[in-house]
Amino acid sequence: MSIQPAQLRKDFPILERQINGHPLAYLDNAATTQKPRPVIESLVHYYETQNANIHRGIHTLAVEATKAYEDVRAKASKHIGATNTEDIVFTRNTTESLNLVARAWGDANLQEDDEIVLSLMEHHSNIVPWQLLAARTGARLRYADIAPNGLLQIDSLRKMIGNRTKLVSITHMSNVLGTINPIAEIAEMTHAVGALLIVDGAQSAPHLPVDVNQLGCDVFAFSAHKMLGPTGVGVLWARPGLLAEMDPFLGGGEMISIVRPEGSTWAEGPHKFEAGTPNIADVIAFGTALDYLHDLGMENVREHEKHITAYAIDALESSGGITVHGPRDIEARGGAVSFEVDGVHPHDVSTIVDAYGIAIRAGHHCAQLLMRYLNVPATNRASFYIYNEEHEVDALLNALEEAKRMFGNVDSRTAV
Amino acid sequence: MSIAEPQFDELYREVILDHYRKPRNAGSLGSPTHFAEGANPVCGDEIQLDVSIEGDVICEMAFRGQGCSISQSSASMMTERICGGTIADAHRIMQLFEALLLESAEPDPALGDLEALQGVAKFPVRVKCALLSWKVLKEALENTNTEPIAPQGG
Repeated sequence: MSIQPAQLRKDFPILERQINGHPLAYLDNAATTQKPRPVIESLVHYYETQNANIHRGIHTLAVEATKAYEDVRAKASKHIGATNTEDIVFTRNTTESLNLVARAWGDANLQEDDEIVLSLMEHHSNIVPWQLLAARTGARLRYADIAPNGLLQIDSLRKMIGNRTKLVSITHMSNVLGTINPIAEIAEMTHAVGALLIVDGAQSAPHLPVDVNQLGCDVFAFSAHKMLGPTGVGVLWARPGLLAEMDPFLGGGEMISIVRPEGSTWAEGPHKFEAGTPNIADVIAFGTALDYLHDLGMENVREHEKHITAYAIDALESSGGITVHGPRDIEARGGAVSFEVDGVHPHDVSTIVDAYGIAIRAGHHCAQLLMRYLNVPATNRASFYIYNEEHEVDALLNALEEAKRMFGNVDSRTAV
Repeated sequence: MSIAEPQFDELYREVILDHYRKPRNAGSLGSPTHFAEGANPVCGDEIQLDVSIEGDVICEMAFRGQGCSISQSSASMMTERICGGTIADAHRIMQLFEALLLESAEPDPALGDLEALQGVAKFPVRVKCALLSWKVLKEALENTNTEPIAPQGG
């Protein structure tokens, strides 16, 4: 059944808020999504009825909490079509998942003159961990180009991946352009030279049906808070066998088997990478978020977003003086829509539309390499989710008219 | 929809938009005695500032930059207000301006046009936009070298 945003909105208490005297239009979902009541209640329920530390206790609460936590591993695994629940590691966020791989796999497998291939559309979280790895090992970084239509230049990438390539790390969906990258094709190129393919799924896992086996990647990372879940939970999936090859990232409780004065042995499976007490309550609430999404169906989520994204791009482009970045082909993109209003700096746009209760993002979106490529200091970004409706896009367009009217024709760069 | 949002009117006063549209002292000086540059790493606003000082008088200033109306108009108004005065005057105006934005102090008449930025104090996320050029001025007054400094990361 297709998604009925007007019905779903009733599940999201925050959407009842008035901002500056206007109903909230929340269009900043690529940054984080709002939380439905069942997810919020799940946190309360856990603390009121099940709170205990997991994996060690014998008492009833500890057993219940452990089961509730471990059940989410299966749900997260199912969400991305993974075969084996034990290949899911819980982290704090996508950033930590990528840093974990950079440390635990990268340090052991890269050396001087090896190459790491990224793209210019990566989020800083998929650039900086590799820059740090390169600095530690002497490896080099290469960045694949973007075509004028907002798609990855696949030929540029193909030429870049060679005998020196040890790992390729690419976003599944750009948080700025919305571009969906052809991961299966990139996996073939990467594996042909024996390198590892890491996929930043922070923007795709919340919005698209994902199947890691079809994608063919070796690592897939995503965050709970961008898909109805709480902040503070990230997921790292690694293809079967890969976790076992990696040394631990952090040491401490939960991740050991036997500790002796002269050294220790590690716990099996994902536990080796979950040192210390994990974010139990938020992981459990993330399970509720996954249930909510699966009741809707990820195919339906995708269909709804295609509809509202096409509506928004069409409205922005029909309105004069607005430039939209990223692909126009709705099949090749998701619901993050970056745009500029001629003569009005994104900070000013964001402040003006906020006065009308509309939340959009202004800035470099943690993608300074991409901003430099687009030759803009910053962009505005509207990004959509299951509860967004066309009238919110209309409200945005009206507020943008106000911004244009206020600023008239001003060049945002000071003349030299 | 109209501009009848009260806070909003206070933020985008006409004098701010005027300085944004027609920045005063935009450009470069041939041989500045002092130079500094700065950026807000979070939002990408940038200011580069040339200053020429003779004795203790700030004779000339010019700035280049890009960013929102608040950051660029603040730089424009700053150069207009500070130019021709002494270094001690510049520091005094800087203190008055910081008090206006950070402590919501009543505008001192000595601020001149800069008083127009008073409304920014009600938008905490924008205060750093208004203060960027002043941070750069402070650095410029401490620097005597004119070599551009590498931009800050973020």
